[in-house]
Amino acid sequence: MKVLGISAYYHDSAAAVIMDGKVLYAAQEERFTRIKNDASFPEQAIKFCLLESGFDIAEIEVIAFYDKPFLKFERLLETYYAFAPKGFKSFVKAMPVWLKEKLFIKQFIRKRLKQLYDNSDISKIEIVFPEHHLSHIASAFYTSAFSKSAFLTVDGVGEWTTTSYGMACGEKGIEIMGELQFPDSIGLLYSSFTYFLGFEVNKGEYKMMGLAPYSHIGSSRVQQFIDLIKEKLVDIREDGSIKLNSAFFEFPVGLRMVDPKKWESLFEIKKRENDDSLEQVHADLALAAQKVLEEILIRMIKHVKHQTNAEFLCLAGGVALNCVANSAIFDQNIFRDIHIQPAAGDAGGAIGSALIANYLKTGQRFKGLEQPFDNYLGPEYSNQEIERMLRKHQCEYEYFESSEDLYQTTARYISNKKVVGWFSGRTEFGPRALGNRSILADAGDPEMQSKLNLKIKFRESFRPFAPAVCEEDYSSYFEPGKQSYYMLFTNQLKQSLRNELPDDFETLSIEEKRNFVKSSLPAVTHTDFSARVQVVKKTINPRFWNLIQAYKKLTGRAVIINTSFNVKDEPIVNTPENAYLCFMNSGMDILVIENYLIKK
Amino acid sequence: MEFIREFFLFLKERKKWWLIPLILIFVIFGGLIFLTNGSALAPFIYSLF
Repeated sequence: MKVLGISAYYHDSAAAVIMDGKVLYAAQEERFTRIKNDASFPEQAIKFCLLESGFDIAEIEVIAFYDKPFLKFERLLETYYAFAPKGFKSFVKAMPVWLKEKLFIKQFIRKRLKQLYDNSDISKIEIVFPEHHLSHIASAFYTSAFSKSAFLTVDGVGEWTTTSYGMACGEKGIEIMGELQFPDSIGLLYSSFTYFLGFEVNKGEYKMMGLAPYSHIGSSRVQQFIDLIKEKLVDIREDGSIKLNSAFFEFPVGLRMVDPKKWESLFEIKKRENDDSLEQVHADLALAAQKVLEEILIRMIKHVKHQTNAEFLCLAGGVALNCVANSAIFDQNIFRDIHIQPAAGDAGGAIGSALIANYLKTGQRFKGLEQPFDNYLGPEYSNQEIERMLRKHQCEYEYFESSEDLYQTTARYISNKKVVGWFSGRTEFGPRALGNRSILADAGDPEMQSKLNLKIKFRESFRPFAPAVCEEDYSSYFEPGKQSYYMLFTNQLKQSLRNELPDDFETLSIEEKRNFVKSSLPAVTHTDFSARVQVVKKTINPRFWNLIQAYKKLTGRAVIINTSFNVKDEPIVNTPENAYLCFMNSGMDILVIENYLIKK
Repeated sequence: MEFIREFFLFLKERKKWWLIPLILIFVIFGGLIFLTNGSALAPFIYSLF
């Protein structure tokens, strides 16, 4: 069965094409429109998926949209009714969107596809609307190696559901055993802190997660914040379910997440604005929020284990992109293994809705994937297309007939502290660049974190960078832990590679902590010696694996910095032209597009 | 017509008949707002998510 999956209209719109349960292609609309987290109808992503798969639109048997608009509308109405007259302003702002588009998604999909495909007859294509969290579950389970697994989905909110758990079985299907409903939302609780700390909701959560390690759990202020959160903001039950104190939150019908005045008086700090400086107290609050999140999730997975007695766990939803919390869960050793599909947020709903539609309609059995899920599902470009772009910009380049020579030359540049834009093969699906649209640099250079943050990515200086290491070399650099091909878990740097911290380390400022050389891999070592490692498997990404091996031969180190190929607030580059423009407008030194090497 | 039929079936399945007066108010108010404001750009309101 050929299914087109769509997620759209809220954030991170995307499209995916699957056939007989296999994901063929998938892409996020933002990569084409160049609008970060673009939520518009993903027409370019749809066009890409169909063109690449060679399917005519009329061949598609089912179109699956990743949530139920009517159910979401029901939640909105009931929420506005419950809070009336509060929320009138937000009600007034919401109306045009719902009346014009969101209530009529089925009709709108048909209309747009007809326009896109010259009035093709699409009336026979069935359009289905699996629930939001069901799409999340399917996106994780049907891309896992498990034939049977427990699942936990946690995000802001779908229709009504904010968290769900249960059992997924390749033969019997998916059984939801429990859920939390709006407004009691773990994701929105975390996002409320994102908002209060001056980061953008839905975009800045990972920045807050990256800020947290600048504090430490032994701090009395962190403990005080944790106590306040648990006492005033959220009631955490034994099974991990939560009840938010509505007096402190405005997101149900308001135009902001929380009432800053109430939070300011609770925590005795001023709400941070986006351009305010980051102080230690902000890191302390970020850590408190992170620890509360972890406590909730750990209680929850203990409950899930108790209810399902499953060996494996699938995690999904936006909260499953919190790699620190994921590792905290893994370290509990409650489940033998955990799988998270790399586009765990709403973009992944395009894959999930298509997969669940396939398995429900066909009754096909799922036995677990034999190879790790391949998320290099987006566009790739031919030499002809690359040369056309290079000619257009009249740039000089070197073409390597031999990929081995390319790896050696690129590795030499990286070892000489050059920053390399690396563009290769298909774009990754999901928020992480995993070696196909990456900026690469030397992890041993103590200056590299600042250089990359300030001169190349133009982003906040406190943010750490992730290392990529070949699977075979993992144990030489990191302590045992969950090895992720998708940068979805954190790992601790090996003790032997760490430098001793001064006794007064915890009293240093954020900037001083960042500048302190903490290990022989300073650019990828966070203040708590954690790193969001990408373990590179040769069979999944041979070019990237070979490049790291070439670098290892030169330097003796098998770890390089891998950060996404973009600058602040821009989507990851998609085309060779995007890559070239990003290269020219930033401080990168070298650009490699397939086997073409361009110097500045 | 397809939309009205599906919405009716949805209310029936969910047994949410009590929403009908709310929906009528919504349509009247919303219609007025819609007529006076052509923009369908989504404002940043988390409750919409």
